[in-house]
Amino acid sequence: MSAPDSSFLAPPAGSQVRAVHDEFHGDLLEVSMGPHHPSTHGVFRMIVTLDGETIVKLKPVFGYLHRNHEKLGENTSYLASMPYTDRLDYLNSMTNNWAYALAVERLAGLAVPARAEYLRVILAELTRLLNHSCLAGFLLQDCGCSGTPLMYAFREREKILDLFESLSGSRMMCNFQRFGGCRVDPSADWLAGVQQLTDGYGAFLDEFEALLTGNEIFMARTQGVGRLAAPLAISAGVTGPVLRASGVAHDLRKVDGYGAYPQFDFRVPLGDHGDTYDRYMVRILEMRESIQILRQALARLPDGPIMDPKAKLRGFRPKAGEAYGRIEGPKGEIGFYLISDGSPNPYRYRVRPPSFINLTILEDLCLGHTVADAVIILGSVDIVLGEVDR
Amino acid sequence: METVEQIRDRLLARFPGATVEVRSNPSPSGQHSLLLGAATAREIAQFLRDDPALRLDQCSNVTGVDWPEKEVVETTKTTVPDPAGGPAKVVEQKSRRLEPGCLEVVYHLYSIALRHGPLVLRLRTGNRTDQVTLPSLTPVWRACEFQEREVFDLFGVRFEGHPDLRRILMWDGFQDHPMRRDYVEPDDYEWEPTPHGAVLAKAKRHYPAPAPAAKP
Repeated sequence: MSAPDSSFLAPPAGSQVRAVHDEFHGDLLEVSMGPHHPSTHGVFRMIVTLDGETIVKLKPVFGYLHRNHEKLGENTSYLASMPYTDRLDYLNSMTNNWAYALAVERLAGLAVPARAEYLRVILAELTRLLNHSCLAGFLLQDCGCSGTPLMYAFREREKILDLFESLSGSRMMCNFQRFGGCRVDPSADWLAGVQQLTDGYGAFLDEFEALLTGNEIFMARTQGVGRLAAPLAISAGVTGPVLRASGVAHDLRKVDGYGAYPQFDFRVPLGDHGDTYDRYMVRILEMRESIQILRQALARLPDGPIMDPKAKLRGFRPKAGEAYGRIEGPKGEIGFYLISDGSPNPYRYRVRPPSFINLTILEDLCLGHTVADAVIILGSVDIVLGEVDR
Repeated sequence: METVEQIRDRLLARFPGATVEVRSNPSPSGQHSLLLGAATAREIAQFLRDDPALRLDQCSNVTGVDWPEKEVVETTKTTVPDPAGGPAKVVEQKSRRLEPGCLEVVYHLYSIALRHGPLVLRLRTGNRTDQVTLPSLTPVWRACEFQEREVFDLFGVRFEGHPDLRRILMWDGFQDHPMRRDYVEPDDYEWEPTPHGAVLAKAKRHYPAPAPAAKP
């Protein structure tokens, strides 16, 4: 056999064409990933400077969904902001509602009945299951595991959303919490549905983990990628599972002990290396703890009212002052800072968005890795652009 | 955690000449704050982070508050004796005073190591127009990086010593600061295919109708 003819690869005689690798040798290349890149989970842009395929600089650009949520909050009454908080992190409307209700309760000094506190815990833990399942699905999707894990996660998410819909009337924009309690009391059927979901969720996690957690390709893609050291994580204000994956024992459910959480027995999973795999693993383990909390809450749900009888919804005017309330949302510490001047609208309404602040360390995580790794690092930080841009 | 008064006393002993005032909060939340002078704010922040009794290692929340100029009406009562020897008259005098406005930056500090907080710090600019520079606390807590950029973007506070002070939510060419109380939104940003009501009124203001043509 004769050697294959490769003469067509050679540049035409006398031309100035050079091979590409000669042309760009040693140069840095700036690539704009997004705002319509499918891996960025929304309209998010990363300006990445590359040396070969290695990232040497990364600047996140966002604000494409900015609607000045805080100004809207200052121009409406306290209660009218409640449905707006659903739209911040549209996966976790229940915890957004709770954080806002908690801040207003601190501001006005309202008490919450025991049944409402338990309902809040049940709904927050369902939200955590929903968020972490979706995150695991999206992360696997980002790794190139197209479709299947995400659809498995969405199947479970749909069951939780059905419960939310039957309770609050809306799948994602629940608008459920009120200052001093909750909006509707669930029926016995609904509680039985939650019990059924709780009993079945462990089996789903087992199945999910059997397919993915020990998967060699997944481990090769994520272990050692995007390491976050604990001192940097604390200094940068990183919260939630991303902080705990770096080995910092900081969970507001334990630290602040808000709501009914001190009455439950659960553990806080911590990571060891702070890499992408640990961030995945911490979330899986957190879901298992959430199931434990749900079991206890359903078994011990007290009877009684779901609203503080002194709470006033219409014409609500807290006295002048300010308050900052925070809870452990699925993505991290979500807080609301309110200043009241005694009028029906807050003078200042500020959202402390966890995914916005967690993005501070995105560049540090990605430096030295490849573009393909930047995609999964962003996936493991877990952002929702509705909350980043506000 | 120590009370704000105790922290203030310790700070004043450690930093003689610094301005540290306690701002009390009448709300049931009881989160009182410390108002710091801009000159020593960064050293004080560093001290709060490193002090073994406080160790406020997490700066959770950074935000701005706009306090525009406001007119304060003060009523003073003076007693004027009656020259004729009758009962003294009480004369009320109303005086109007313009209280200067400022931009305020609020920091909520917590300690992850010692599990306490919040300590609320406040910094104030000189006014709302030309003296809007404050020291950046990003060198002390990295968490301030994006949040101070947001305060710069939406309130117009300039942070001295910030590594990358650019707009973050609005686009780079944008001029105003939308979170200020006196911000007026442009009247042509809303577009509707079939405009009605408020949108139509706005559009009329922005694109005034041409003058009627003179009759031939």
